[in-house]
Amino acid sequence: MTQPIIQLSGLDKFYGNFQALSQVDLDIKTGEFFSLLGPSGCGKTTLLRSIAGFETPSAGSLYIDGQSMDGVPANKRPTNMVFQSYAIFPHMSVAENVAYGLKARKLPKAEIKTRVTDAIAMVGLQGFGERASHGLSGGQRQRVALARALVLKPRVLLLDEPLSALDKKLREQMQSELRQLQRAVGITFVLVTHDQEEALTMSDRIAVMFDGTIAQVATPQDLYGQPCSRRVANFIGMMNFLDAKILSTSGETVDVDVQSFGKLTLPLGQATGGLEGCDAVGVRPEMLTILTGSQTAEREIEAVVSEVFYYGDMTYYDVRLPFKEESVTITMRNTAGRSILGVGEKARVGWSASSLLLLK
Amino acid sequence: MTWFQKWRRGEGAQGLFLISPTLAFTLLLLAVPLVMVIVLSFWTQDYLTLHRTFSLENYRTAWTEPMYQYLMARSLKISMLVTAMTVLLAYPVAYFISFRVSPKRKAMWIFLITIPFWTSYLMRIFLWKVILGYNGVVNGSLMGLGVIEQPLSFILYNQNAVVLTLAHAWVPFAILPIFVALERVDRSLIEAAEDLGDTKWRRFLRVTLPLSMPGVIAATIIVFIPTIGDYVTPRLVGGPNGLMIANMIELQFKKANDAPLGAALAISAMIIVTCVALIFIWLNKKYIREAK
Ligand SMILES: Nc1ncnc2c1ncn2[C@@H]1O[C@H](COP(=O)(O)OP(=O)(O)O)[C@@H](O)[C@H]1O
Ligand SMILES: [Mg+2]
Repeated sequence: MTQPIIQLSGLDKFYGNFQALSQVDLDIKTGEFFSLLGPSGCGKTTLLRSIAGFETPSAGSLYIDGQSMDGVPANKRPTNMVFQSYAIFPHMSVAENVAYGLKARKLPKAEIKTRVTDAIAMVGLQGFGERASHGLSGGQRQRVALARALVLKPRVLLLDEPLSALDKKLREQMQSELRQLQRAVGITFVLVTHDQEEALTMSDRIAVMFDGTIAQVATPQDLYGQPCSRRVANFIGMMNFLDAKILSTSGETVDVDVQSFGKLTLPLGQATGGLEGCDAVGVRPEMLTILTGSQTAEREIEAVVSEVFYYGDMTYYDVRLPFKEESVTITMRNTAGRSILGVGEKARVGWSASSLLLLK
Repeated sequence: MTWFQKWRRGEGAQGLFLISPTLAFTLLLLAVPLVMVIVLSFWTQDYLTLHRTFSLENYRTAWTEPMYQYLMARSLKISMLVTAMTVLLAYPVAYFISFRVSPKRKAMWIFLITIPFWTSYLMRIFLWKVILGYNGVVNGSLMGLGVIEQPLSFILYNQNAVVLTLAHAWVPFAILPIFVALERVDRSLIEAAEDLGDTKWRRFLRVTLPLSMPGVIAATIIVFIPTIGDYVTPRLVGGPNGLMIANMIELQFKKANDAPLGAALAISAMIIVTCVALIFIWLNKKYIREAK
């Protein structure tokens, strides 16, 4: 295996008495699209800025491309950043903005010119070079920021919530463009976002952060399918939780007593974050089904519909299971011939033991 | 409703009422005297008799007489020197307060800068006389240390002293607009410049300085316009070679008994100042447009 492009270990960051990062260990692979995902204030920006060189970690080590970044200032690091505000120089044209870093490197004029033209074309801004940078739309500003950073061919491109200022439609378009751009240039991208959908659709791997610590690092599928804790599961998509008590473990299986579902034997693999401290099972809403007519499932349970949310292609049901206070959400695709249940109706809910996760 | 009542309730009328005290004051104390000076400048005076016939004679004298040309040029030179010195002194202070002082302390620093205003301008000039004088602080210390044997004479009663005294007086006025402009520089732009590979000094030259230019130009105008017409400072610390055009205007109005010539000199100086100011305002507009 090749060496990771970024290696963080034991990183701490204090602002006065406040600990913004604690014991962050992270390896980011060369050429991957990596996302830092977490709620606002969890330390994503602090971590990104530590990699860029704008914050000095209080403890721990940071290697980029095998080189220690201790004491290396931001202008000497092989990283470039797309700022949340884009930070486009207002007194310069689009081309001057893109040329900024090349001029700082004192490259020959002719080379600067061709590289700037190429970079502007790469982000789809052909013909905008001479435009003044004020008066550009949000999407265009972001493209300028991307071109300005990518023209320097950094080893790592750092992006701090680059899409959060855009409206929904443009955001979705830029998501796929960013992904394509990353594949085309082959540069490692580290993206900060608080939007789980954005992280899931764009990334090769995701680190989920809470309160200055990394909770889980995984591919989007693993993160969704095998979250390591209730908190992660709740942050990535929707998850129903049922109280559970571990009765005994034997070799590769564990016996649990689950609220409403009763006593079960689950493979140890379904305790994704380890057995210790597990007190609930989680099940995704789409893993439960409302059975109609003669349909049967591996296991069934009687429930009462307490709320119905109709979305056209989907229906979200809140149902009451026996022995459980809070309702459980089930999402059903509205296929042909399937009737929508009403509030108060009885429902047969189908589930399987293999879709349950033991969580702490 | 009559047109008058309608007008009274309109926005324009309310605005007029709001500014009316200021307006009356301005009309009385600025516009009226100005018109009088303009009228006066086209008359002529013969010892004590005033000839009220239109004449351009005063302007001819003001613009062609070598002494007046020379004084005007010297005034321009002195106030340009003062402006340059003031802005050069003010910029680092404004930069320090904006970039180095913690946000909580900024207000206090700005307050500290106004301390010189607690004493009257005249007092401050006399203080400079004490510092720079023949037996003053500078000469006394240097002689006491044995650095010089004779008191330095080039430090008081000449143009250097005028420049120094005026610059000291105007620095606080220059600090404020530059500080405001620096405060408005988006810090992420400077980080972006660093991220793109610029050293500290290069990112100052390429980002911070150009973006703070509107403040520098404002400071230039604020200092340049009043200093060119200053006559207290040259009178007190300028000596014979440090006199400026305003001293000549005063002389014409008083001792020389030629108020019309004084008026023509004053109007001429005003025209020159206006031209210079317009150039700066044009420069400023250009910067503001580009900086948007
Ligand atoms: N310069 C700073 N001084 C003090 N506290 C800070 C500073 N920067 C960030 N913080 C705090 O650190 C925490 C993490 O901030 P940040 O990394 O910006 O979070 P995120 O990007 O995940 O929203 C927040 O609670 C924030 O208030
Ligand atoms: Mg942030």
